[in-house]
Amino acid sequence: MTQNDTLQLGLYLAIILAATPVLGLYLTRLFNGEIGWLRLIERPVYAAAGVAPEREQHWSAYAIAMLVFNLAGFLLLFAILRLQDVLPLNPQDLPALSSDLAFNTAVSFVTNTNWQAYGGESTMSYFSQMVGLTVQNFLSAATGIAIALVVIRAFARKSARTVGNFWTDMTRATLGLLLPGAAIIAVILIWQGMPQNFDAYTTATTLEGAQQVIAQGPVASQVAIKMLGTNGGGFFNANAAHPFENPTALSNFLQMLAIFVIGAALTNVFGRMVKDQRQGWAILATMMVLFVAGVLIAGHVEAGANPLLAQLGADPALGNMEGKEVRFGTFTSALFAVITTAASCGAVNAMHSSFLPLGGMIPLLNIMLGEVIVGGVGAGFYGIALFIVATLFIAGLMVGRSPEYLGKKIEAREAKLAVLAILISPMAILVGTAIALVTEPGLAGLLSAGPHGLSEVLYGFTSAAGNNGSAFAGLTANSVFYNTALGITMLLGRFAMIVPVLAMAGGLAAKKATPASAGSFPTHGPMFVLLLAGTILIVGGLTFFPALALGPIVEHLLLAAGQTF
Amino acid sequence: MLSHIRPALVLLALLTAITGLLYPLAMTGIGQSLFPRQAHGSLIERDGKVVGSALIAQGFSAPQYFQSRPSGAGKDGFDATSSSGSNLAPTAKALVERVAGDVETYKGRDGSASVPMDAVTTSGSGLDPHISPANAARQTARVAEARGMSIAEVKALVDSHTEAPGLAFLGQPGVNVLTLNLALDKIRPVTK
Repeated sequence: MTQNDTLQLGLYLAIILAATPVLGLYLTRLFNGEIGWLRLIERPVYAAAGVAPEREQHWSAYAIAMLVFNLAGFLLLFAILRLQDVLPLNPQDLPALSSDLAFNTAVSFVTNTNWQAYGGESTMSYFSQMVGLTVQNFLSAATGIAIALVVIRAFARKSARTVGNFWTDMTRATLGLLLPGAAIIAVILIWQGMPQNFDAYTTATTLEGAQQVIAQGPVASQVAIKMLGTNGGGFFNANAAHPFENPTALSNFLQMLAIFVIGAALTNVFGRMVKDQRQGWAILATMMVLFVAGVLIAGHVEAGANPLLAQLGADPALGNMEGKEVRFGTFTSALFAVITTAASCGAVNAMHSSFLPLGGMIPLLNIMLGEVIVGGVGAGFYGIALFIVATLFIAGLMVGRSPEYLGKKIEAREAKLAVLAILISPMAILVGTAIALVTEPGLAGLLSAGPHGLSEVLYGFTSAAGNNGSAFAGLTANSVFYNTALGITMLLGRFAMIVPVLAMAGGLAAKKATPASAGSFPTHGPMFVLLLAGTILIVGGLTFFPALALGPIVEHLLLAAGQTF
Repeated sequence: MLSHIRPALVLLALLTAITGLLYPLAMTGIGQSLFPRQAHGSLIERDGKVVGSALIAQGFSAPQYFQSRPSGAGKDGFDATSSSGSNLAPTAKALVERVAGDVETYKGRDGSASVPMDAVTTSGSGLDPHISPANAARQTARVAEARGMSIAEVKALVDSHTEAPGLAFLGQPGVNVLTLNLALDKIRPVTK
């Protein structure tokens, strides 16, 4: 790491840590309904929708409201994509999406995955990008935040029957947080060079007389929420590597901040609501330890050149530049890759498939660990809450004492639901990958032979189950097989996880709290941070080590031996 | 279940109108009035005709021009409606063969010293508007000769088109190939 690299990482961490308590305080007040200006806007909205904002819901009613709302969002988006050719704002006359691609894309945006089986500028009209994709960028993020709030309240409340109101939580997250945040970010991004227009694609005559058609559109408004909501779906095919979608290293830095800022602040909301901010800081500390470790490894690996290219007479000084942009260079690309997979964003500013084997393994591993390193907005928090329950359960077994967290006893029901939710994603990943690797339509999508081919498929299912959306994009994913298989995987990774989470939270909220005693295990100190990080690594490591060994690790060894495919 | 349908539909409709229409339209209004050039894609006109965008690479092959990085966008490269990297694995035979060919071509054009890595690798977008300063330095002598300029003149022009890292430490410096070539054409046009 050069001095500049260290500075960039240091500044990044400093800003995130400084923003956490400030945004945490704002969010706590927002979701308690204490923000004055928002009340003026939301009151007529609730009146029109027939929502009584003060009436809270049982966890099961909350879950049904969330599912109905997401189903409606899915149907609307699916319809927009299927009817794209007759809808307005389509200057390029792009055709409607096929039914399998529309299914995959609609599922992908509703689940906050934003997997790109579609090609952005060559597939989507401006109407689809705005009214279809941008809207779900907001609403899927708001859904995630709402679920996180339920989990936070589950620990903060005592003997409570209700866990909040889905409609108010979701509306407040959208109008009080995501919309103002995205508007500010969008203006800065336009200043940095991001287009925001409804012009038809411009035809330029290049200096050497060739014709170049330049795709444009309302880019900034979508990219701002794509990052802030950890969605990650690109306006363009090349996502945040595209110069219009990420014009400068400064726009890149802002986008990286946007990915982490809400997820980090939610740990502080948790601390404030349970009336002990140290609890939130301990969770954030665990996340940051795992994050920095990933950055150091990936940054170091990518700074080295591909030995096969260096042998041919290419100067290794710039590092592994295949799939990377000059304005970012290797470190900034590796940093972005770690952030986008630690959080469940999935935007990419460099092509992960062309990373060196171990450099590409870090993003893959980040998603496999459950995206609990800050994680997707909301999803990261409820994800790590599952690991906290599992960690304390294991710790309790080790010392033979019934475990508790913040005075709430963790019993068989909580432990079972937590483990169920943790295991859904690995099951979907490994079973899905196995099916793809033994079927003809699965194998037909591979670009690479050898271990990298396995990595492409493994990364695809991992990204779908983790609702990440980044890819080893050599995989040709726009086929009926992958659109369907990955669509189902995304649904499992989102909703089959959320429902047990809500059930667990409902049970916890109903429990009495016992006051801490001398025998209680303190959950704000380094010992807890270490145990939690250890549990995350052991669960992820044991589950996925065989698959990683056959993919990136074997490829690393073969690359060192000069083997190509 | 039924009691959830009205709030779901009404909120979806209202929030779609706000985040899917009002918000992007407001951003378009604000963006185009504050930053009209950027909002319209940083397009560059010469003699009243659009010749490209300052942010989008185009292909160059003539000796009087600095060459962009190889491009994986579209079938023939530099297709700004089909951005893409190669996505080739580090162990891909296709990658090694492509780079071997590009290294030979580069050395044939600009001398046999080792070739900067960015000059033989495709970018993530296939539309990377920059080349590394090392890559530009390697091409300076050839461009100067083709235009009948001194190396010092061309080098000064390269320096003035080199963009420093953001805030002096974010990312890497890069030379904007299109704006540099336009400046060369303006100072010393090449008549065919």
